[in-house]
Amino acid sequence: MISTIALVLCGPAALLATAILAGAVSRHASATRLVYGATLAISAALLVIVAGHLADRSGEASAITLPLGLPWTGARFRLDGLSAFFLVVVNLGGAITSLYGLGYGQHEPQPHRVLPFYPAFLAGMNLVVLADDAFSFLLSWEFMSLASWALVMAHHRDAANRRAGYIYLVMASFGTLALLLAFGLLAGPAGTYAFDAMRTAQPGRFAAGAVLALMLLGAGSKAGLVPLHAWLPLAHPAAPSHVSALMSGIMTKVAIYGFIRVVFDLLGAPAWWSGVAVLLLGGVTAVMGILYALMENLKRLLAYSTIENIGFIFASLGLALAFKANAMPSAAALAFTAALFHVLNHSFFKSLLFFGAGAVLTATGERDMEKLGGLIHRMPVTSFVFLVGCVSISALPPFNGFASEWLAFQAILQSPELPQWGLKVIVPAVGGMLALAAALAAACFVKAFGITFLGRARSAVVERAHEVDRWSLAAMAVLAVFCLLAGILPGFVIDSLSPVTLSLIGDRMPVQTAQPWLSIVPIAESRSSYNGLLVFVFITISASLAAFFIHRFASHALRRGPAWGCGFAEATPAAQYTAVSFAQPIRRVFGGFAFRAREMVEMPAPGSLEPARLKVDIHDVVWETFYQPITGAIDFATERLNHLQFLTIRRYLTLVFLYLVILLLVLALWP
Amino acid sequence: MAVIFELAVQGAQMLLVLLLAPLLIGFVRKVKARLLRRQGPSLIQPYRDLVRLMRKEVVLADNASWLFRVTPYLIFAATWVAAALVPTFAAGLQFSWTADLIVIVALLGSARFFLALAGMDVGTSFGGIGASREVMIASLAEPAMLLIVFSLALVAGATQLSTIAAFMSSPEVGLRVSLGMSLMALVMVAIAENARIPVDNPATHLELTMVHEAMILEYSGRHLAMIELATFLKLVLYVSLISCVFLPWGLASAGAGPKALAIGAAAYLAKLAVLAILLAVFETAVAKMRVFRVPDFLGAALMLALLGTLLLFVSRSL
Repeated sequence: MISTIALVLCGPAALLATAILAGAVSRHASATRLVYGATLAISAALLVIVAGHLADRSGEASAITLPLGLPWTGARFRLDGLSAFFLVVVNLGGAITSLYGLGYGQHEPQPHRVLPFYPAFLAGMNLVVLADDAFSFLLSWEFMSLASWALVMAHHRDAANRRAGYIYLVMASFGTLALLLAFGLLAGPAGTYAFDAMRTAQPGRFAAGAVLALMLLGAGSKAGLVPLHAWLPLAHPAAPSHVSALMSGIMTKVAIYGFIRVVFDLLGAPAWWSGVAVLLLGGVTAVMGILYALMENLKRLLAYSTIENIGFIFASLGLALAFKANAMPSAAALAFTAALFHVLNHSFFKSLLFFGAGAVLTATGERDMEKLGGLIHRMPVTSFVFLVGCVSISALPPFNGFASEWLAFQAILQSPELPQWGLKVIVPAVGGMLALAAALAAACFVKAFGITFLGRARSAVVERAHEVDRWSLAAMAVLAVFCLLAGILPGFVIDSLSPVTLSLIGDRMPVQTAQPWLSIVPIAESRSSYNGLLVFVFITISASLAAFFIHRFASHALRRGPAWGCGFAEATPAAQYTAVSFAQPIRRVFGGFAFRAREMVEMPAPGSLEPARLKVDIHDVVWETFYQPITGAIDFATERLNHLQFLTIRRYLTLVFLYLVILLLVLALWP
Repeated sequence: MAVIFELAVQGAQMLLVLLLAPLLIGFVRKVKARLLRRQGPSLIQPYRDLVRLMRKEVVLADNASWLFRVTPYLIFAATWVAAALVPTFAAGLQFSWTADLIVIVALLGSARFFLALAGMDVGTSFGGIGASREVMIASLAEPAMLLIVFSLALVAGATQLSTIAAFMSSPEVGLRVSLGMSLMALVMVAIAENARIPVDNPATHLELTMVHEAMILEYSGRHLAMIELATFLKLVLYVSLISCVFLPWGLASAGAGPKALAIGAAAYLAKLAVLAILLAVFETAVAKMRVFRVPDFLGAALMLALLGTLLLFVSRSL
């Protein structure tokens, strides 16, 4: 009998083989179908195996050591509850993205720049989640980063994409450096790189703090924590839309996996202040991410909204850390479940929304949402599923985003029991930030859907738009159904997460599927309960009742007429609200401190026929305060070091000699 | 038998809020008119308006999509479900465990989400102005409301409204600073959410000052009737919420008999009348504020709610 882990490892191997094959045949006409078909089959097979493992073996570990990599270590791989859950997220996303790619990939002008890297990217993400020693983890992590970098650079003739790729590469190297140092600290002086050994070794307080900080830098930069997010809104939208979906919906989750694996699993018992750091970063990230999103265009808006969701997940994880540190396992399990549930939910709706953005791009060829509008008439199916995605991500019941957010709020309400004053003050503030972020997210997606799909067409491209192909529609429809199902049957998701919480927190939420009427009850029914299914049924019934009653007993006459134009006939579509004007009130309320936003109205001189102009001045505060000084310092240093290139041979020899002397001195003086 | 009785009580509650909603609006309008020394329309005028609107044909803008036609029913359904979940005359009803206070807030959020989208559907600038201002107001009112929920939940140890109401009518409550702050914040949020003066003016048709009315400018006939009814329901919801949390006297407890229910119903009507008179007096006494003063008003509500929550984190007895 072949072990599960060996079976699972065949998946990435097959994906890598597909990548090589794709490199060979990528210029062939049917290569797109072949590659996406293959990745779809492999991901689906992996999904079935892993989901089966999670369901009936309840997260029992299965490990293997392969004679690969460094000769004296070998490459260890392991499948346990946590990795099984994240493999489900990765491969479900991979399978549906491949389905979408079957249709969307046909429109790719240069398929040979995408096809070989796409399966490699999937393989990389699978391997990160399976790795069981630092060496194979870092190798897979780098592989994943480089494959996604190649995909970001697929359309490299665009200067903006090249810049995005460059910043991504720099940030990815920086992140890996932080991870390398973190694993170095975990390995200790003995240099044991296997995760098993790290798990038993207990690092000291300072080492543990340093590891946490390095993980926040390493995994946080990949996931998009503010202020390390700068690359994300550049790189995610630059890639082809299905790859954007993978990067935003799935790769950020792999980063979260890395964080959970190290901080919750390898690092041992947490200290309470580690919770404070993660909570604060999460809360700030959530609010800043969504405020940025409100100011942006469609695909960048989605990327920034990813940052908001990552912030939400990190805040829940921070809460779980705080509870775990204070030996409150049931509350920790609640917060941790909320985080994992949101990981799954975000992978659904963010992929759906990026697919929708890709469909709009295919149909209109227009990236700028200010030139769209009225697509609901041209693309009814796409607009419907996109609407489902918008409702889900805005955390509105009965869809899935609300279920996980509700769980997190329930966890926050457990926190007055925490003894430390730091936590007592931080937790309600972070709760307020999350509530603010949730409300702003709804505003943001009213804007995204309203400007793109509703209203009147703002340019001629919309008039020519048509519904996209069946593959893309099928992929989006599947995700929309998942969003609804996870929202109305959250109990099943929560129960399937219990092996993961049991292994990492040591406790689980009460069994939910046994509750009457499939409610979810985190602690006790008298305290709080939510039944998505019944809310959904009630809304459906009362809406249908109202519609039936009115059409039966009241008028159902209907007449079409022109919209009310205040006495002005035939207002042009340009008179509609734009995305910038829609965000104006919020920019005015929050923009002052978040972006140092300023609005200036330039009035023409009296008698002049020039139009008045509104000038909006927005600063990216994070970029200006963190990145510009750093790049400035590097520029300054390289400018100085540049002189070293033009020395005479004598001087070079002097330098070498001096260096040797210093080295010997250090060695001699070392205690 | 007991289950059928319980279901009947639940059904009565759903019908009660639906039937009372126009009356409450009519009452508020009447009181306002009398305060202004006008005769005012009759108490049942809102019912007549609704019936007339339902009988009229719908004039739909050329560009309106299916979303525009579905939205009135969705808004009505979400608001009705939310209103039916707030205890009016009896707590602990059959379906009260379906949703807690957070869900009720979020259901109203869903209704608003679709209303804002409907405002943008036709593609006129009024719809856009209304939608954009509405989401700005909501982006402050919703977190304030959630923080109020947090405070109440921390005091009562539950987010379940029936449990909160039961706790509030028990002697353990006492006078608390945090509850006072929550009450103030809740009243402010309720005024903003119901588009009342000073945040918005339900009677205005001056285009540049409208928020709620601007979004529904293109609606007519039965669609408008549905939206109006949902607006009425929302006022009933907030008034019931304030009365069940802060004036819980007379509320029939779970599984109470017919006599307790009758007392509960009488008490509920009295509370509605008192709060409606207070609302009318307040509305006649203040002037509407500029749109960009609203963030200050709601920011104060947000800060009050946050302060209340913080106090409870510091000490459960505050």
